[in-house]
Amino acid sequence: MQNTKEKVTASDVVIEKDKTAKGEKYNKYVKDMTPTHNIFKNILNAFLVGGIICTIGQGLINLYASWGAGEELSASYGTLSLVFLSVVLTGLNIYPKIAKFGGAGSLVPITGFANSVAAPAVEFKKEGQVFGIGCKIFTIAGPVILYGIFSSWVLGLIYYILLQLGVV
Amino acid sequence: MLMDYIKAFLVGGAICAVVQILLDKTKLLPGRVMVILVCLGSLLGAIGIYEPFTKWAGAGASVPLTGFGNVLFKGIKKALTEEGFIGLFKGGFTSSAVGISAALIFSYIASLIFSPKMKD
Repeated sequence: MQNTKEKVTASDVVIEKDKTAKGEKYNKYVKDMTPTHNIFKNILNAFLVGGIICTIGQGLINLYASWGAGEELSASYGTLSLVFLSVVLTGLNIYPKIAKFGGAGSLVPITGFANSVAAPAVEFKKEGQVFGIGCKIFTIAGPVILYGIFSSWVLGLIYYILLQLGVV
Repeated sequence: MLMDYIKAFLVGGAICAVVQILLDKTKLLPGRVMVILVCLGSLLGAIGIYEPFTKWAGAGASVPLTGFGNVLFKGIKKALTEEGFIGLFKGGFTSSAVGISAALIFSYIASLIFSPKMKD
């Protein structure tokens, strides 16, 4: 591990004969090439973007409640509106820009889920209705729905058993 | 009313900030993070934490995907209470129907209207 301060180039890695040194050089090369972001800035941006999206959600829920919708109905219309907005912004190529800035702030809210459905639907339309849009639309949504449904089913089953035993 | 917005902003922002730390520290892929959040929300719902949290934080708790997971369990619990065993196979999809249907339907329509853009 000589010259650790110097930049390692790809050819350094390739020409290195010693296996251990090659591994070390490779790791250093990868570390040098991986872009480093300011982690505090990332966290702050995520906080801001996520906070703003949730605040918009709260505004929509309050709006529907003020129109006379009950608690659950306002929440449903809130979800519907956020999903709609997210899909439109994805289609207009604006959501990717928000995501680039906000990171997890754009990923964690329900709008991130809607984006993960809309983006491949638009992206893969050229590959056809069934194997393009039809399959690719579930690239992210599929795992989310599968594991969401399965984990809540397992937890529901436990709840059901406890219910039968009179524990809860 | 103003408190609603402040709580939504701070709580929603805080959840996203925590996930950002997770993303930066672990190199987890976004898809995995979404799955983890939904399962975690479902678990927190099942042990009775998330529902009171949602009552307090409003959209700050319900808009993040953990809220989606909580809704899944809430639906199953409701269906179990009302219809018994069959509710286990019914409540999850019932309670998440609006979010999932809206995402699929609007996205399909979007695929008809919009063309793929160059990534920048």
